[in-house]
Amino acid sequence: MRAWLYLLAGAIAVGIVTTPAILVFIFGGQHIDDSLLIAFATLMLAAGIAVVTMRDIIRCGLAMIVCFIALAGIYVQLGAPLVAAAQVIVYIGAISVLVLFAIMLTQTKSGSSRLTFQTQARWAGVAAVILFLLISLGVIGTNWPDVNARMHVVTETLAAVLFHDYVLPFEVVSVLLLAAVIGGVFLAKREDPSEETLQ
Amino acid sequence: MMSDDLTTYLVLSGALFAIGTFGFLARRNAISMLMSIELMLNAVNLSIVAFGAFIPGLQNRGAVIALMVMAVAAAEATVGLAIVIAIYRNRKTPLVDEYDAMRR
Repeated sequence: MRAWLYLLAGAIAVGIVTTPAILVFIFGGQHIDDSLLIAFATLMLAAGIAVVTMRDIIRCGLAMIVCFIALAGIYVQLGAPLVAAAQVIVYIGAISVLVLFAIMLTQTKSGSSRLTFQTQARWAGVAAVILFLLISLGVIGTNWPDVNARMHVVTETLAAVLFHDYVLPFEVVSVLLLAAVIGGVFLAKREDPSEETLQ
Repeated sequence: MMSDDLTTYLVLSGALFAIGTFGFLARRNAISMLMSIELMLNAVNLSIVAFGAFIPGLQNRGAVIALMVMAVAAAEATVGLAIVIAIYRNRKTPLVDEYDAMRR
């Protein structure tokens, strides 16, 4: 019985994601790129809304992974396959796993299932909608200078730029990562060694 | 064509950023707030890659800057989650509005 419910929910989710894409494909001039973009965008936004609204925080973490996968698809469409690969490796492979481990380390049994939102959640929603309207009005109202058609990033030239023009930021970022690793270990380590033997 | 337009990607990025803002302001759980920050960083990354794909002067730099942002986001996630775990060990709760030791 429960399995059927999950199947039904999955079918509804697939329908929500694919319907706008199919509509755009039929009525929008039958460009496969458009409908792919719409499918990825719908998946990304739906998963993003699920991340911030779901009550079970483990499901929030899993929805975040879905959101990142859809974003990697959009990067591929934008002609940056290396960024998409890095997105899959760094975000899905590392950061999501880190977040899931932290969730499992910090959830108590009584849990925060009822206490999901702050009291100002309604005003936060209003503020977010106003922010979105402002950003989209600004973007649509701007006349972007010298915009080309989509260009693909050639990985060879990207490597040349990364290791020639951007060597200093690259090294600084590597030092920053080292510092973050050391700081993370230091912060998460138990101060009292006797505590460790107790638990 | 929709997918050949810079505006589409920027509006999409704005929508994801607004969702992340809502999550950061509305959630009570500290890890949920960190996840919302990740969403906002991803929105910014999407707009950077879109600029890199459409504006000729930024052609390869957009992708490079996006990679840098990813590395910085990884560092931020590491330190942020370590701080949350350290606070959880003292206070036994992940809810941010119960971290009121400096208010009393």
